[in-house]
Amino acid sequence: MSGMPQRLGRGLVRGLPLLWLGLFFLVPFAVTLKISFSSPATAQPPYLPVLEWEGGLEGWREFFEALDFQNYQMIAADALYRDAALSSLGYAALATAILVGIGTPTAYAMARASARWQPILVALVIVPFWTSFLIRVYAWIAILKPEGLLNAALLKLGLIAAPLPILDSPFGVLIGLAYAYLPFMVLPLYAVMSRLDPALTEAAADLGASRARAFFTVTLPLSLPGLAAGALLCFIPMVGEFIIPDLLGGSDTLMLGRVLWSEFFSNRDWPLASAVAVLLLILVVGPVVLFREAELRREEAVEGPQR
Amino acid sequence: MHASTLLPDQRLRLERVTKRFSAHTAVDAVSLDLAEGEFFCLLGPSGCGKSTLLRMVAGFETPDSGTIRLGETDLTALPPHRRPVNMMFQSYALFPHMSVAANLAYGLKGLGLSRAQVAGRVKDLLRLVRLEGFEARRPDKLSGGQRQRVALARALAREPHLLLLDEPLGALDRALREETQGELRAIQQRLGTSFVVVTHDAEEAMALADRIGVMERGRLVQVGPARALYERPANRYVAGLLGDVNLIDGRLGRAEPGGIRSVETAFGLLRASGEGEAGNAVVIAIRPERLVVRGEGAMEGLSGLLTEATFLGDRIRYRVEMANGTSLRASAALPTPGPIPTVGETVTLGVPAEGAWILPA
Repeated sequence: MSGMPQRLGRGLVRGLPLLWLGLFFLVPFAVTLKISFSSPATAQPPYLPVLEWEGGLEGWREFFEALDFQNYQMIAADALYRDAALSSLGYAALATAILVGIGTPTAYAMARASARWQPILVALVIVPFWTSFLIRVYAWIAILKPEGLLNAALLKLGLIAAPLPILDSPFGVLIGLAYAYLPFMVLPLYAVMSRLDPALTEAAADLGASRARAFFTVTLPLSLPGLAAGALLCFIPMVGEFIIPDLLGGSDTLMLGRVLWSEFFSNRDWPLASAVAVLLLILVVGPVVLFREAELRREEAVEGPQR
Repeated sequence: MHASTLLPDQRLRLERVTKRFSAHTAVDAVSLDLAEGEFFCLLGPSGCGKSTLLRMVAGFETPDSGTIRLGETDLTALPPHRRPVNMMFQSYALFPHMSVAANLAYGLKGLGLSRAQVAGRVKDLLRLVRLEGFEARRPDKLSGGQRQRVALARALAREPHLLLLDEPLGALDRALREETQGELRAIQQRLGTSFVVVTHDAEEAMALADRIGVMERGRLVQVGPARALYERPANRYVAGLLGDVNLIDGRLGRAEPGGIRSVETAFGLLRASGEGEAGNAVVIAIRPERLVVRGEGAMEGLSGLLTEATFLGDRIRYRVEMANGTSLRASAALPTPGPIPTVGETVTLGVPAEGAWILPA
């Protein structure tokens, strides 16, 4: 009796997210992909060909014949794009490493804090989100610039003789990345670490392990899923990051996000910009696929020898 | 595998060990001496401080005062990883990312053993708990009973002088628990290691331990072999914890020969064993199996109405309503020598003086 409405309800629950993903992810991606195969034109929209619905089957044929790989060939030929991609990956990798270094002890300390403190600490990690990302990155300019807070403090303390050129340098970009993405590293790690049975570290200590050995042999390996999730959550958006390199990195910083921006808005070359966007997508999907495969292989290694 | 028995004195001695959590005193001036190779049970309901006491011996909690010694060594200030004591956790706390063999070998690191020696020790441990062939398994692919045995073997890997076990059988089902009790006892006797088990299950404590220490609100109220605690409880709390008991309020009367006293109760004058000053308010504790139920007038005793007779296979349980409205519980082993009285019958309750114990009120 309740079969029909129930099936309908289940279909809705499953269908709505799929519809959402299709409408707001797959369709825009298909559009981007199509534009990346087009040619720039001084027109509205600024590319060719544009599909004419009245043209019928012949129109479709002409439309597809006009698409080509020219933009990708241009990207491959021009070292700028390769350098920007490599430098983006480098920044993201380095910043991820820094985030792992800062985030792991932070999350560990939070997970080991008393039950009364834990919600407060989590709230403190989230608090920066209440201020606009743009404003927070802007604030770093005031801190990092030659006459800014950091240099003034270091000068006062006599640690340096002249202001350090941190702003508009790769170092400034790394500071900005590490600052802005820390919550994304800390929260998944904390979620995993706080759920570990405290008896596990006690058991390690009971079996003669020092605190350090207990951490590296028990806590850390069991926190790897959180660490991996945090690293991916940081790495992927950092590869395409635009605001931080633009505000803190100066004009010399080469990152794909900035290249993409200037192709779109300065050169109005939508097809090329779309090709760069597709390249960026491939770059960040790569690590995810590699990670998934490593996970699967690890699981197989675990399940393998038993039977 | 029992280096511990070769060493002269490795007995656990607790001296007025106290632990407070803010205003709450979890463990209150507990003193205890363990014998060499003893199997000791700390018995009490949850929250009585038994686990806290165990955790202080393991080093996970620091006493506010008092000392914990193992032989000549003062453990009180040593961190857990420096104590020659191991613990089996209630949750087992097996490392889920390691195989059984790696779990067992974890504690063998840093002992200066060669790779072959470690492998040999792991093999011995697996044989000890009958888990040969399981070395490559992960804990999540083991049954509850197998996990329990891995946890036991891992805790024994370092050949501790003293093994602490926190509710070691708590997670097992009833049938497995009885079987495992025997195994645990056998392993303890084979190794000669002292075991301290924490449990809330009196039957388990009686089945396992050489001696039982009963804890109540942070205090160790009575220590002794199971039988002594069962038959001669120090107070009504211990009496009730170890098994079913009838408690009858009364006032102590004169002394009779043979340590027998008369006690004035609501049921009249009863005779019971124990000491005390005449005129004191006391409680008489009588185990149900000590009360003898017979047909009316078959013997001397209290008269009452049989309101319940429950057949339990090896014994029968009675409930007898007395003249003042209170009920006493009695039980008789089956088969009984005489006829079994029927419900609704007036019966006579025999109260042997040696089965009635005088406790402070």
